Amino acid sequence: MSATATISAHDIHAHEHEHDHHELNFVQKYIFSEDHKVISKQFLISGLIWALIGGGFSILFRLQLGFPDANLEWLKPILGEWIQNGKLDPSFYLALVTMHGTIMVFFVLTAGLSGTFSNFLIPLQIGARDMASGFLNMLSYWFFFVSSMLMFVSLFLETGPASGGWVIYPPLSALPQAMSGSGLGMTLWLCSMAIFIVSSLLGSINYITTIINMRTNGMSFTRLPLTIWAFFITAIIGVLSFPVLFSAALLLVFDRSFGTSFYLSEIYIGGEALHNMGGSPILFQHLFWFLGHPEVYIVLLPALGITSEIIATNSRKPIFGYRAMIGSILGIAFLSFIVWAHHMFITGMNPFLGSVFMFLTLIIAVPSAVKAFNYIATLWRGNIVFTPAMLFSIGLVSLFISGGLTGIILGNSALDIQLHDTYYVVAHFHLVMGSASFFGFMAGVYHWFPKMFGRMMDERLGYVHFWMTFIGVYMVFFPMHYIGIAGFPRRYYSFTSYDAFSTFGDLNMFISVAAIITFSSQMIFGFNFFYSIFKGRRSTQNPWKSNTLEWTTPVNVGHGNWEGEIPSVYRWPYDYSKPGAESDFIPQTVPLNHTPESNLPHEIEDAKSEIIH
Amino acid sequence: MNTFIISATVILLLIIFFLLVRVGSLLSILKGSYNKRVGSSNSINAVLFPIFFIVGLALIFWSASKFSEFYLPKPASEHGIITDNLFWIITIIIMIAFVATNVLLFYFPYKYQYKEDRKAFFYPDNHKLEIIWTVIPAIVLTVLVIYGYKTWTDITAPAPKDAVVLEITGKQFNWIVRYPGKDGKLGTYNYKMIDATNEVGIDFSDKLSYDDFLPREIHIPKGKPVQFKIRARDVLHSVFLPHFRQKMDAVPGMPTTFWFTPIYTTDEMKSITGKSDFKYELACTEVCGKGHFGMKFLLVVDEPEDFEKWYSSQEAFLKKNPEYLANIQLDSKNIAIK
Ligand code: HEM
Ligand SMILES: [Cu+2]
Ligand SMILES: [Cu+2]
Repeated sequence: MSATATISAHDIHAHEHEHDHHELNFVQKYIFSEDHKVISKQFLISGLIWALIGGGFSILFRLQLGFPDANLEWLKPILGEWIQNGKLDPSFYLALVTMHGTIMVFFVLTAGLSGTFSNFLIPLQIGARDMASGFLNMLSYWFFFVSSMLMFVSLFLETGPASGGWVIYPPLSALPQAMSGSGLGMTLWLCSMAIFIVSSLLGSINYITTIINMRTNGMSFTRLPLTIWAFFITAIIGVLSFPVLFSAALLLVFDRSFGTSFYLSEIYIGGEALHNMGGSPILFQHLFWFLGHPEVYIVLLPALGITSEIIATNSRKPIFGYRAMIGSILGIAFLSFIVWAHHMFITGMNPFLGSVFMFLTLIIAVPSAVKAFNYIATLWRGNIVFTPAMLFSIGLVSLFISGGLTGIILGNSALDIQLHDTYYVVAHFHLVMGSASFFGFMAGVYHWFPKMFGRMMDERLGYVHFWMTFIGVYMVFFPMHYIGIAGFPRRYYSFTSYDAFSTFGDLNMFISVAAIITFSSQMIFGFNFFYSIFKGRRSTQNPWKSNTLEWTTPVNVGHGNWEGEIPSVYRWPYDYSKPGAESDFIPQTVPLNHTPESNLPHEIEDAKSEIIH
Repeated sequence: MNTFIISATVILLLIIFFLLVRVGSLLSILKGSYNKRVGSSNSINAVLFPIFFIVGLALIFWSASKFSEFYLPKPASEHGIITDNLFWIITIIIMIAFVATNVLLFYFPYKYQYKEDRKAFFYPDNHKLEIIWTVIPAIVLTVLVIYGYKTWTDITAPAPKDAVVLEITGKQFNWIVRYPGKDGKLGTYNYKMIDATNEVGIDFSDKLSYDDFLPREIHIPKGKPVQFKIRARDVLHSVFLPHFRQKMDAVPGMPTTFWFTPIYTTDEMKSITGKSDFKYELACTEVCGKGHFGMKFLLVVDEPEDFEKWYSSQEAFLKKNPEYLANIQLDSKNIAIK
């Protein structure tokens, strides 16, 4: 396993022998494990715990928004000083919003989603015994762990955690005088994020290396499942964009602690004029969004990859437009690097630059639309089996469309003047990024749970979980469009002092109730998940009758994944319901020579030159 | 007590889940549906999709009309009418796309639910179809870009020369507004000159600043272009005028600006909205700390003559705070006092 990228399917035997010799002890097996499957479960459990914390925060601030007059004294035992006279403290409100955003974007949907499924599926679906470097992979998880612990500790500071929004714009985040959360809380945020970036880079480099070098015989790039394509491109986006966030954070550290003026200029605060001159807060925004926009695709693409796989499997049909799907992933990835300033239309940026970014931003809707159409076309004339994973995948497509469409409005800079930093934006990105990616996450868990734990999750609870969540997120986020169009700004503790924003009290209450119900229904999932790990029905080897390689491993996958040789691959992963074939799926490991009855014209040619390993 | 109720509820729920799962799996063993590809739940899920869509769509239309009196308040600026139009045009386009795609997305699961005796249609691609649905959105988007681009360049074009100018400065947690006074020109400022009274750091060595005045409310004339010069003295803020469809960040160290032409006076808006206490409001939309949600400022649109009257009745900052005269050189004091 110390062997690096040059390992290939032929080295298996040497490898086998190596680890027959020594038994791993508990710590090596479950804590500092180098096995990609264990690491992926570590990411999964951490991600779920963080989702609980991050989701819980949103319930707290929804209480404030939905019931501004309610007495929250009963929360005092948990929140202590943050409850003043039965009310949430306004500083704490901002801290909650900030932590919710940070946790959800980075810990749940980046580490939790991508960390879990990239780790789990890459070796299993490309036919490798493990990641290129198990050691770096282990480090990646433990860096994430340290990073998340720092963030966790910051929650208990007397001055509170970072509170300037998840985008931490300076000067607010740079000056401890400006708000209490910009003191130690912000320092911990920056440290945590720096370590998180290291974790993410270690992971991404590993994914890229593994995918390029360790595919099994016959697994060409055009035979890769779309999950792997999505993880691959996601990792590349991460490697290119996270370092920019790192530098942005580093300069902010300098401004905070060493008296530099990268982002600070002409500031009078706390009764004194600061010495800083010539810096630009806008520079930070450029650097931040250069990561920030690609980040939204880092979060979304893995979810789209997961659903591509699940929708094809459960429609019993090939994914429609495999090549177009890859093309649109590539297109989105490329474009995602040149649209960042659509978050900055009204920062005082040169209006001409705004037009350029408006143009580029709207182009990205085209590959996004292609993906949506292809999913729908895949359902057409399928033979659809509704597993919970399939339900969540269809839900994802719906959310992706609903949220993506409002992007077309926001991308129009003339309209963004009114809508920027209102609840319209909140509705947009919670549908298209938050909920859609979360649905992808859930779909993935339901689908690969049997492979992870050798047992099945309960389907009925899965159905209930899906329908409550699906209805719930629409009830929470759809009405936010109305509130946003009316101009309600985001990150407001209360709207009561404005005439213009004094309407919609009922609607805000409705949203809060819907949020509480939706959040509670996640407990169904939590129960199902943990119960099934120990008590679920035992899984068969290939419960969804899927074509991809992971289902050729034993039900309880051991270290090294396959007991004998790694299987070779002879076809793409989407031969579902092929005309002429008896069964409605043909796994990738079945040679074309064995299926003359169903080979397509070009495959008949290929079959002639096929070498069976 | 609370803790007890909560833990009791949680335990009860866990027990219910547990029983549900147990009973469910026993039942399916009895019915032998483990051997079947799909159980009866498959068709239930299949039906729920179109039901969800129809009910959802009905709710969308119902709520959209119910709340229509609240959202998008009447535009009160010239460009606001144009952007509102654009907004509704694009909203209609995306609603069409929304309905068209979702009809298929929710109908197909129902129509093509699993049947033992059917085989799915092997349909890996269709280049013609793919080209069509790439090109159509591309064309629609191009049109939208062109339309949006024109609107955007009009709105962000430099302010007309004759625009009424005022300066607004954001600080934690209120706004300070400064008008140029009779000379129509704002004096310079320097952030190092800020103190408790001279909150925006007006530099009184500049003669243009002598007649600058700082009112408690913004007044602007109807029908004339008005330019806001925007800055911040501590952290980022953002000037948001929801009725005028204008917004611009206030950035320390980097002055920004916007301009617009108001088309209704405050009084006219009172009768338009039917609210006798209607007021134009200015809000902050860039999170700036604890008091972010309270950074309200009032704005009044007057008939031009009323505006002139109001403008000339305002007293200069120097007049109100004569102690700042001390910093001014003797020979210009005379001008300043006037
Ligand atoms: C159809 C393509 C899309 C377009 C044209 C688009 C456009 C935009 C624009 C212009 C904004 C800035 C709005 C503002 O702050 O005023 C925005 C915000 C945002 N978008 Fe999108 N978007 C699209 C798809 C997506 C997707 C697929 C995701 C995520 C996977 C996403 C995630 C976000 C997020 C997270 C924000 C808000 C960030 C913040 O301010 O906190 N968008 N989008
Ligand atoms: Cu973006
Ligand atoms: Cu503010």
